Amino acid sequence: MLSNIIQISLGAILINNFIFSQFLGCCPFLGCSNKVDTAVGMGLAVVFVMGLASAICWVINEYILVALHLEFLQTLAFILVIAALVQFVEMFLKKMVPSLYSALGIFLPLITTNCAVLGVVLLNVQNNYNFIESLVYGITGGIGFLLAIVLFASVRERVEFAEYPECFRGFSICLVSAALVALAFMGFSGMAIPV
Amino acid sequence: MKTILLSMLVLGVLGGLFGALLAFASKIFHVEVDPKQAAVREVLAGANCGGCGYPGCDGYAAAVAKGEAPCNKCVAGGAAVAEKVSEIMGVSADAADKMVAFVPCSGCEGVAEKRFNYTGPIDCQAAMLFGGKSNKLCTFACIGLGNCERACQFDAMHVINGIAHVDRSKCVGCGACVDTCPKNIVQLIPESLRIHPACSSHDKGGVVMKVCTAGCIGCMKCQRECPAGAIVVKDALAEVDPEKCIGCGKCAEVCPRHIITDFTA
Repeated sequence: MLSNIIQISLGAILINNFIFSQFLGCCPFLGCSNKVDTAVGMGLAVVFVMGLASAICWVINEYILVALHLEFLQTLAFILVIAALVQFVEMFLKKMVPSLYSALGIFLPLITTNCAVLGVVLLNVQNNYNFIESLVYGITGGIGFLLAIVLFASVRERVEFAEYPECFRGFSICLVSAALVALAFMGFSGMAIPV
Repeated sequence: MKTILLSMLVLGVLGGLFGALLAFASKIFHVEVDPKQAAVREVLAGANCGGCGYPGCDGYAAAVAKGEAPCNKCVAGGAAVAEKVSEIMGVSADAADKMVAFVPCSGCEGVAEKRFNYTGPIDCQAAMLFGGKSNKLCTFACIGLGNCERACQFDAMHVINGIAHVDRSKCVGCGACVDTCPKNIVQLIPESLRIHPACSSHDKGGVVMKVCTAGCIGCMKCQRECPAGAIVVKDALAEVDPEKCIGCGKCAEVCPRHIITDFTA
């Protein structure tokens, strides 16, 4: 059980990183990586929502959709859950932790449209994970996202001061550096942890 | 048939349940919001562009309602939105004089003496690392590596021939350049002000003479010529009082260094 969880965690964080090897959640990855501070905020919010969404979606899938043989509704139902969850979390934070709410700002509602969150719950079903495994996969997937976005934000902060051809200015150099960071992560691909 | 009905039922119930939960949660977690904030948010453009310098339209609306932000910052909405916002806030739109940025420095290439030939990163802050000074001998001079140009979201700031220039038709007076300038020389001045000396040097005349052929030497000619007593030499630098200036432009005529900028010219 424990080795299984370690395998899932390492897989989600490094080997099958959501951004660099599954290409999910690229929009916030490029949009919110101007500064390390905002990248950390976005990453933490994603960890939170991914973990919670995995747990709730597993329950709904197992006890409602599978029980009633309505597996084809998974995507629809999960989108519903994620949208409602993000709204709920936003309201909760606004009332209970206003400082965190203002720090996350616009990123919180943006998570609703983050495909990595939907990806993680659908992969949970595909891989036949049980409740604990789903929860671990959700949280570590979020941590993988956090790692990727913080690393990339640090790279971008340094690229700001580099001298590169004028025509690359703006998003072009950003995409080029994203590709290079992704290449570095390819070093992890194919690794396997013996069970 | 049974499957269709069942799936409709399940999704309907789920949706209804979440809806009810959210409605219930919004009552429990209700936060009192200034009604002015809601009203301001209503009239904003809603593009969440961040042009105002606040995180999204909600952030700006909150700042306006608290009285921390001016009413005319919504770039996407322009003058029409500014008018509506100021109506809600109960201030007239033209009450505040429009401010524009100004870089008081005339030390362009060939005018200001160089300390060394700088080839480091294209960044004013980086150039300042050399002993807290920069590549120009005058310690007050614009470095001209364009931190303000990059900070400007409205394409109103351009480094031309070694110093930053403001395009007054594009400047909205947000002050991003003022905050970013490591030399602290960029100023916000009223757009109506006709003249302003284009030098920031508080060095004495002799020192200025050595490092720049265009710096203010504090000769007091403008002070003597001004009929309104609006231009005064303080700490070896001519300064204009916008309240007193009548915009006659006589100071600009007599200045031996030709650095008093006449914006109408």
